[in-house]
Order: sequence, then structure tokens, then C-alpha cells
Amino acid sequence: MARMKFICDSERCIECNSCVTACKNEHEVPWGVNRRRVITLNDGVPGERSVSVACMHCSDAPCMAVCPVNCFYRTDEGVVLHDKDVCIGCGYCSYACPFGAPQFPASGSFGVRGKMDKCTFCAGGPEASGSQAEFEKYGRNRLAEGKLPACAEMCSTKALLGGDGDVVAEIFRNRVVNRGKGAEVWGWGTAYGSRQAGQPQKGKS
Amino acid sequence: MKPRRIVWVVWPLALLAACKEPPQNLGSSNSRPDTPAFKGADNAFAAPGWKPGDRTSWEQHLRTRAQMGQNEYNKINNNDKAS
Repeated sequence: MARMKFICDSERCIECNSCVTACKNEHEVPWGVNRRRVITLNDGVPGERSVSVACMHCSDAPCMAVCPVNCFYRTDEGVVLHDKDVCIGCGYCSYACPFGAPQFPASGSFGVRGKMDKCTFCAGGPEASGSQAEFEKYGRNRLAEGKLPACAEMCSTKALLGGDGDVVAEIFRNRVVNRGKGAEVWGWGTAYGSRQAGQPQKGKS
Repeated sequence: MKPRRIVWVVWPLALLAACKEPPQNLGSSNSRPDTPAFKGADNAFAAPGWKPGDRTSWEQHLRTRAQMGQNEYNKINNNDKAS
């Protein structure tokens, strides 16, 4: 198996935030922590694009490089995980990450910064797979249940793809080659009745 | 050997030393004990169609799940064939 990877198709993302909701619901992520976010560029103007961002499980992860207590580790599938029992909540990983993936829950009256929390590619943590201890610290371990990340599986337009890098790349490549543009776009004929819908009909003004 | 000659020998070697690829091998990068995902989860939510502990069946199951769940071109073509 190749490395587990996410890719977001900005041509398809409609900023519905179902990936964010799916993640929060699946892992019961606390308030103030967003393991996944949808970023919109040029909001409200022609050419607007949205993209769903979380930990990209980098092959050469800067968070791993800067962590002073070495709490990060990488699984055989290339998923970057961390051990909350080792994390000291220093925030170095947050500064190093170009995607803003590491999140810190604020707890207590003075908003004390807690231990780092981030996307686990739905692969849990070092505790026993599927255990209550793992769920409470890291959320569900869907990979060990034979499932793919909830955000990708719940994406309404399938903009967000997640899984084996080779498979995801093949799906994306096939889509880009086939989707065309304008009335050629896949699904246009289903939605509007004909492949030429949107074009002025002949004989009618 | 003249110092200038030494510089001419050492300088290209120093430049070439920078031309290496850092290793990017997969695998556990440190000694964190974590159960591999293909071993299965200790709960009742496992998806059917694969055998916990069998890496090949787990990988195949995830590939099939990705293609059927995320590649609608595949789904549509399969539906066309079925109907």
C-alpha cells in the first residue's frame, strides 16, 4: 500500500462544511478545536474557490522535526500521529505546520492551552485500536474498522478524496481527464435534461 | 601540495556533498508502540468484507471502498452494466 493521503478538488468543493461536521461528530472533538476547516479564496467574487484543509500527513513532516519531546510518529501507512501522553502542549508544531493543522483546546477559567490535537486520518493513536481510551484521546479509529476517513466518505460532492495515495490519485486523474467543461461537465445532462442544456435552443429566441 | 590546489580539490567535493537525497523510507520512524490498523479494532463497528489481521485483505478492502465510495464514474458505469 502506498501512503495514505488526502486531496481536495477545489473545482468541486462547495464550502458546505460537511467534512468539518463529519469530523467533529465522528471524533466528538471539543469546542474550539477544528481538525478540519474549509478555506475559501476570493469569497463572493467570480473565480471563488474553496478547499478543505486538515493535517496532510506530510512525508517529511515539519511538526515531527520540531517537536522537542518527539511525541510524533508515523505509521506504516504514512499517517502522522502523536502521543498525547508525551505532548507538552508547547505549540512548536503549530508554528511549523504550513496548514495550521495542530489545534490546542483551551480549558479552565484562564483558557490554559491543552495538549495538541489534530487530524489522525481516522487512525486513532497509540492506545489499543478501538478502545475507549483511544476514543477519548484521539477519536474513532476508522482505519482499524476497515473504513476510510469520515470527512472524505461524507463529502457531498466527493471533492475531498482520502485513502491510499495511488487510488486517490487515480480517481482524481480520471476525473480531471473526463469532466470536461461547461455543458460537458459530468452530471449536467442529468440535472438539466440534456448535455447541451444551458445553450440557447435552435429555433427559439 | 599548494593551498590553492587543495581548495580546488576540496571545493567541488563540498559542493557535491550537498547533492544527496534525504532518506524518505516508510516505516515507524521511532519506537512508538501502535497496533497496525490491519489488525482490526476491538469494537463492534468493523466494516464487513475483510479479515482482521490479514494485511492483504485489509488493503484490498480499502481500495475497493475508495473506488466504490469516492469514484462516481465507477459507480455510474457499474450501474449502467447492471441495468
